[in-house]
Amino acid sequence: MGAYSRRDFLKGSLAAGAGVAALGGLPSILTAQSKEPIKIGVLHSLSGTMAISEVSLRDVVLMAVEEINAKGGVMGRKLQPVVVDPASNWDLFAEKAKQLLLQDKVAVTFGCWTSVSRKSVLPVFENNNGLLFYPVQYEGEECSKNVFYTGATPNQQLIPAAEYMMSKEGGSYKKFYLLGTDYVFPRTANKILRAYLLAKGVPKENIEEEYTPFNHQDYQTIVGKIKRFASGGGATVLSTINGDSNVPFYKEFANQGLRSENAPIMAFSVAEDELRGMDTSALVGHLAAWNYYQSVDTPQNKKFVNAFKEYCGKNNLPGGAKRVTDDPIEAAYFGVYVWKQAVEKAKSTEVDAVRKAVYGQEFLAPGGKIKMDEANHHTYKPVLIGEILKDGQFKVVSRSKGLVRAEPWSQYTSPDKGCDWVKEKGTYQKKA
Amino acid sequence: MRAFALVMLIVAWLTAPAVGHAAAPAADVERALADLAGDDAERREAAVSVIGTTGDPKWLAFLGALREGSVYARKKGGQLELLVAGAKSTQGDKDVVEIKTAYDGAPLGTVPVADLIEVAADRRLRIAIKPFLDADETRGQLASPDPNVRRGAAVKLGNHADAAAAPVVEAALAKETDPWVRHALGEALALIRLAHGDASTRLAAAATLGGLHSLSALPALKRLEADTAASAAEREAATAAIKRIERWALLTTTLETAFQGASLASILLLMALGLAIVFGLMGVINMAHGELMALGAYTTFVVQNWFRAAWPQAFDAYFLVALPLSFLVAGTAGLVLERGVIRYLYGRPLETLLLTWGASLIIQQGLRLWFGAANVDVSSPAWLSGGVPVMVGLTLPYNRVFIIGLATASVAAMYWLLFRSAAGLRIRAVTQNRSMSACLGVRASLVDATTFALGAGLAGLAGCALTQIGNVGPSLGQNYIVDSFMVVVTGGVGKLAGTILAAAGIGGLNKGIEPALGAVFAKVAILVAVILFLQRRPAGLFATRGRNAEA
Repeated sequence: MGAYSRRDFLKGSLAAGAGVAALGGLPSILTAQSKEPIKIGVLHSLSGTMAISEVSLRDVVLMAVEEINAKGGVMGRKLQPVVVDPASNWDLFAEKAKQLLLQDKVAVTFGCWTSVSRKSVLPVFENNNGLLFYPVQYEGEECSKNVFYTGATPNQQLIPAAEYMMSKEGGSYKKFYLLGTDYVFPRTANKILRAYLLAKGVPKENIEEEYTPFNHQDYQTIVGKIKRFASGGGATVLSTINGDSNVPFYKEFANQGLRSENAPIMAFSVAEDELRGMDTSALVGHLAAWNYYQSVDTPQNKKFVNAFKEYCGKNNLPGGAKRVTDDPIEAAYFGVYVWKQAVEKAKSTEVDAVRKAVYGQEFLAPGGKIKMDEANHHTYKPVLIGEILKDGQFKVVSRSKGLVRAEPWSQYTSPDKGCDWVKEKGTYQKKA
Repeated sequence: MRAFALVMLIVAWLTAPAVGHAAAPAADVERALADLAGDDAERREAAVSVIGTTGDPKWLAFLGALREGSVYARKKGGQLELLVAGAKSTQGDKDVVEIKTAYDGAPLGTVPVADLIEVAADRRLRIAIKPFLDADETRGQLASPDPNVRRGAAVKLGNHADAAAAPVVEAALAKETDPWVRHALGEALALIRLAHGDASTRLAAAATLGGLHSLSALPALKRLEADTAASAAEREAATAAIKRIERWALLTTTLETAFQGASLASILLLMALGLAIVFGLMGVINMAHGELMALGAYTTFVVQNWFRAAWPQAFDAYFLVALPLSFLVAGTAGLVLERGVIRYLYGRPLETLLLTWGASLIIQQGLRLWFGAANVDVSSPAWLSGGVPVMVGLTLPYNRVFIIGLATASVAAMYWLLFRSAAGLRIRAVTQNRSMSACLGVRASLVDATTFALGAGLAGLAGCALTQIGNVGPSLGQNYIVDSFMVVVTGGVGKLAGTILAAAGIGGLNKGIEPALGAVFAKVAILVAVILFLQRRPAGLFATRGRNAEA
């Protein structure tokens, strides 16, 4: 039986008939249309290598949609999610984005994780004037009219973390080992970190930079190097190692006799969701920098964490009630609400109107209040440094004073560039 | 300010054990507590020093609570009383919290959160608290029963080189029996003396550090060497010590690289051994080899969970059970595969290749359905975590030592089996001439089945060992299969010696060039080297010669 059964058809035609009889056709069709659901796109990989991370984002977006629909939808219209699977394949991302915009005509899309997938859909959204909410911390250096970035830029994650490690409270570290997986985010992140450290007076010989291939498992040589680098004290590792490779890295680190109190690792890509299914014993005591942790102690976060666990349990999703929330999950979640508020403010789902309404929008997110920037399409967020605990959760050891404004163009690597969609047309050259 | 904190630290160090556990706080502490509840930042900071200086563990616990942000105040008879908050909960529409006294944490019942005033620790206060808690933590670590923790604390003291810590280090040194902790403590003491002693002490400290081969002392010694204010004798001593340490560092780095090469080689060998036997003796290209390894790894995971649930006290023994069991599970899977399908396709390499590839997809998807797409966590038993320090500056991780041993044992067992046993004789006979062996009464099909099961079992064993160094997930096999094939092809088809030599060569070469080129280019360089090598010797290191060699 299809979605449109015979009985529905009969009902439909009866209603239409009555409508035509009563009002003369046209107006009734218009009201029917305005009560139609709003289609929104969900563009996350549900298969392939990125599925482990991205499936959780789909889940939380659908949960937000369910919550919104239960409270009557947006402007009285229900949200209807269109979920597609780009299968961790960058070409497919562009294709699926095109399908969402041109065929399904979605009002907004929530999606992408890796920078390469975002770069691949960027021209599609720009050429067709679509709207994308991107929820993951990324390397910056982008300023698109058609994207809202709810994750952190380097100055909301990397710089505060390095600053913390250099501070007295963080341990006054003086030597920095920048270690990452070999792709765009770690390369750009380390470029910014290096520029920052040099600007803060760290001598060049106290900065070491190294990359490993994806899925690298053999960290013997690198840990040996770190050990020599750290002898004499005052050394820390700033790690942008991605996914899988973290377990063998931390294990080798501990096995070669390095300890977090003498050479801590500050990680930028290890969150609660990745720690699920890891033996965390070797990671305990090391640090991470994010804008949100599941352990953040606010009433709205408790509600959010419980709702997510309940949602996963109720819908029989893998992991069920044992699921955890983390930074990108939170950013994906509040993205949906920010869009909803903007639509209600603009009284329209039309992209240009919604975009203008997003500027300056505030929302009480699970991790605390956030605010959308007035001009640069990014998000004001708090920065939290966390210490990894035995159960795969984080203990917050330092938090920023208030919210930090996003700088898509880092002042350390591109001091002459800015991003503004109100007074300028996107990326502009700052006047000297 | 910094000097002040340092002085306070010294006092804290020295007075800590002597302070009694007075029931009522002294007058100055009383005043400090009152200051702490106020808003004057200067006075609050001074208050932390007063409280920290008592060195009383209970007051230090209070400072810890203050840093965590769980200290509150409430009005009591016109004065503010400081409290430590415990668990929060909700009663009806009110948030309530359990409260305890500031000093000894005696419970005071549960009160609504709204009745309390938060005593926040801002950044400045947290920085003021840190040295007291660190000093306390280090003292605790020096008394820890775990020598690794004691050693870590000693290294930390040496790196900080606080003059105040010298008596503590001396006291610890007098009690210490573990040679490695003694070494670290001696190093710490010499570093402190080098930083704070007079000229003759510095001279002696530099010589001691040279004798201890202390890599940690290099920066300090180099500073001394370049210090024009120091005497010529001192600078000479520093130069001599630096030379000694650097020579030693060269030795340890070389040994370390050799060990890393051996470790990588034995991992490659373990992975490739089963493949080489099946490929070499039977001519079957087993694309499912990686998935058989994954089966072994998941067997280890399941055994671990059994032990965790049923015999948590014997958890460390799980790996010894998992090792033979993963051999059996993967071997049985191999046997089923061979008896079920492969035996109908002998002599048709392309079809077997496709077939085993299909089997690999089925196993992989099966694992994904059964265990989920995410990686599963396999904890290392205690005896495979950490490492054994063999000499100053060189620690060999137990898991890698174990894998080297396992690979050696597996190869020895295979040699014995193939060249010293009756079963091996039959395997070799069938390999050389199947129809002639069959004529002479060897049951060729039985030999095929056992050989394939043996190869699969070895894959399972490798999978089990790999859980100790890598990740366990459904796609584990794919990560390793390419390397395994590389070893087998480079070694030459059908030659055990070739496989061993190729594993050693690739592992050693990889680790030899990685320090210079980095992990990414080392991998590229290895692939280029293998391609060039195969250009010159297409049949691998040990080519099969003679009548049965394929053209």
